[in-house]
Amino acid sequence: MAVGGSSDTFPKLLVRNAAQFGNHAAIRHKDRGIWQTWSWAQVLDIVRAYAVGLQRLGLKQNDTIAIVGSNRPKMYWTVMAAQMVRAIPVPVYADAVADELSYVLSHAAVKIVAAQDQEQVDKLLSVLERLPHLQTIVYDEPRGLRDYDQSRLMTIDDVIANGRALLAADSSLAARLDALIDSGDGSDASVILYTSGTTGASKGVMLSARGCIDAATDTVKFDKLTENDVALAYLPLAWVGDHYLNYAQGLVAGFCMACPESPETIEQDLREIGPSFYFAPPRVFEALLTRLMIRMEDATAIKRSMFHYFLKIARKHGEAILIGKPVPLSGRILYAIGRMLVYEPLKNVLGLSRVRVAYTAGEAIGPDLFIFYRSIGLNLKQLYGQTEAFLYVTCQPDGEIFADTVGPPAPNVDVRIAESGEVQFKSPGMFMHYFNDPAKTAETLTPDGYVKTGDAGFFDQKTGHLKIIDRAKDVGRLNDGTIFAPKYLENRLKFFPNIKEAVTFGDGRDFVCAMINIDLTAVGSWAERSNIAYGSYQELAAHPLVYDMVGRNVAAMNASLAEEKVMVGAQVRRFLILHKELEADDGELTRTQKVRRGFIADRYAALLTAFYSGAKTADISTEVTFEDGRKGRMSAQLKIYDLSATQTPADLEKAA
Amino acid sequence: MRSPDVNDVLLKVEGVSLAFGGIKALTDVSFDVRKGEVRAIIGPNGAGKTSMLNVINGFYHPHHGSITFKGKTRARMRPYEASRGGIARTFQNVALFRGMSALDNIMAGRTLKMQYGLFWQALRFGPALREEIEHRCRVEEIIDFLEIEAIRKVPVARLPYGLQKRVELGRALAMEPDLLLLDEPMAGMNLEEKEDMSRFIIEVNDYYGTTIALIEHDMAVVMDLSNRVVVLDHGVKIADGTPDEVKRNQAVIDAYLGVAH
Repeated sequence: MAVGGSSDTFPKLLVRNAAQFGNHAAIRHKDRGIWQTWSWAQVLDIVRAYAVGLQRLGLKQNDTIAIVGSNRPKMYWTVMAAQMVRAIPVPVYADAVADELSYVLSHAAVKIVAAQDQEQVDKLLSVLERLPHLQTIVYDEPRGLRDYDQSRLMTIDDVIANGRALLAADSSLAARLDALIDSGDGSDASVILYTSGTTGASKGVMLSARGCIDAATDTVKFDKLTENDVALAYLPLAWVGDHYLNYAQGLVAGFCMACPESPETIEQDLREIGPSFYFAPPRVFEALLTRLMIRMEDATAIKRSMFHYFLKIARKHGEAILIGKPVPLSGRILYAIGRMLVYEPLKNVLGLSRVRVAYTAGEAIGPDLFIFYRSIGLNLKQLYGQTEAFLYVTCQPDGEIFADTVGPPAPNVDVRIAESGEVQFKSPGMFMHYFNDPAKTAETLTPDGYVKTGDAGFFDQKTGHLKIIDRAKDVGRLNDGTIFAPKYLENRLKFFPNIKEAVTFGDGRDFVCAMINIDLTAVGSWAERSNIAYGSYQELAAHPLVYDMVGRNVAAMNASLAEEKVMVGAQVRRFLILHKELEADDGELTRTQKVRRGFIADRYAALLTAFYSGAKTADISTEVTFEDGRKGRMSAQLKIYDLSATQTPADLEKAA
Repeated sequence: MRSPDVNDVLLKVEGVSLAFGGIKALTDVSFDVRKGEVRAIIGPNGAGKTSMLNVINGFYHPHHGSITFKGKTRARMRPYEASRGGIARTFQNVALFRGMSALDNIMAGRTLKMQYGLFWQALRFGPALREEIEHRCRVEEIIDFLEIEAIRKVPVARLPYGLQKRVELGRALAMEPDLLLLDEPMAGMNLEEKEDMSRFIIEVNDYYGTTIALIEHDMAVVMDLSNRVVVLDHGVKIADGTPDEVKRNQAVIDAYLGVAH
């Protein structure tokens, strides 16, 4: 096992990996239908040439270079090459629209942009006049770019070839590059990751090389990752999760990152690669399970009953077997048969056969969902983290897994709960400061150097693990004083397979209301089975039977809330199903797919008014943004569904 | 877009007439297609557009007139001669092998380029295997080009219409044609699919340098795509020129919008 060791920057780690694991696969990418592999030695060779090429384009120490694209080897090599010349890479979300892109690029004052393809180059060219610092755009895929004005454009292949030619022509250049790598210091800024902007304009989180490597070293040891592990690098490059889990851990442990062929083929690529380390947000696990269940509905009766029987066995014994607790022999035997007939084939279909450690984070995961994956033998764990911490704040150690907690503090992380209920931490990977934003930095740090997460949480008495309830500033109160934790309610709603997204309102109101997005896959399949015809999301969402079905789900949640003392008053009394799916392009979700409640409240103010005026229907007309940036309008009349509150046992007694 | 060479005529249609019994489908139509250009043939329903395409690829034989392709004049040509000669086409109603995967459908487009027969291919051994790998490489390039990686192994019958059209284009491209005939490539598509398809047509022309003759009745699409446009109405050529010239042509406006008599 290789961990950080004496290397305090990523280029030094790359040099070490090339020496130590020379022929081991470092990166793979499926191209033209075939998995191409580059070893650590090859990657070092390419990155050295690339670094020299970038230097020639004028990239110097402390300059910034943006990376806009999906997970491709050349995008990762850009990060490595930039770090090699002690410049600072700034990955940007590939699906950011031109305005978001220009904000980040101008804020970070980037000199060079590495773009994946024509789509990204077009976006860049459309905002060029807003980017005075930008000198050159280098790109990966030349397709469609041939007739562009090439004065500021260059292919990455050419940059690398130039670097190679320069290295060959001048033998002292290699030595100078070695010296530059050696001169790299742990206190160098290693990367700037822009936050997704859940809370307004995104901020550039600066992370130091030493911090990144120390944090990754801790978790690599924690999960015993080695150079023989494989991860599928499919998460957005700009997200801390990808930079941490794949890039940083990959370099620290020396494992292989496999880049999918395209964003649409991730599922097939997952099956082909069979990663041993896997991360996915809860919604991915949920989507997998939903699709699985739908396919089981269509299976033959024998298969279906076998599936359900062995799932029952798995629920009973799976968790105990996974963590090595004693299980009666009969249980072991049944589980072994189940493994052969159901669990392993199932994991194989999902591409999860070889997963040794899997994590989920970002949102609360439904207990049923979490237990399902663990019971079939997938070592799924939760972590809690944020960009400012370079990901990990807490994570669940093997053997101490609970669906409703996010685990104890990660190694070397100090977590405390402030008097306000806010979670605060201090960690090795903690950020240096926000880029060019001292005011925000001061706001986020406490005087004694802890980072405020902005999340409300508490340590569970029984387990000592951290529980997160909601964003601290989102927790509000109803007029009668009941605590209103919107995300807590929304998550409970989203645990129902029919409900994809929910937004609740109640702070400073008399009761709680909810706007709901149905899950088109689940409800669509139900509609098909029930012979309900529909032409669009809008039509299906407005169907009375769909309303009734969702109404039953909401009532079920209300019933379970009635059992929790503090939440009784927070039952959802009115809801409606939105006529369109919430979209990041319309600003309703962040790029990491979290709902922006405040924005939605403004945008759908008419619906909120209707909720609290007692109206039975509400008219709404909204502007929608298409993928290519054009805008259109969408209007609808929405029904509002009323629910009576479930009585608590105490209330019933009183009544009697 | 590549600028086509004015002097380099790839296909020349001269005085072509075609009739089915008493119905005159085409009457004395002449035009040419220059190497490297995108040439559109437009006209209202029943104008004879598809008939024209069928004449070009040898499916119909004109009663009068001649077709000159790559310098060779022919009165009669059979469809397989046309495809050997480097003419590929797609159809107005998708004509794919519905049970086969997208990949196999596009591979089928390589058939004419294969040296080894059924026997060797079935054995999948030695040179036949090497040949298959070579062809597969070319097909994978097309798959990458058309951005259909995700549906490579999906039977085409299960694909939405827009994607089926794209697979069909892929199969035509697999023949590495000199002239690509597209019969209403955007028919029945929604706006987004139309834009995608337009982009692919431009890119095929740009990247592979393939000469394209396309039929379309959606005027707006054609005007943006093509270098030159032929307009047919009731089997007669009523205009021929750049999109701008055609747009201003009174006969064209009348044919499309109708005139008060």
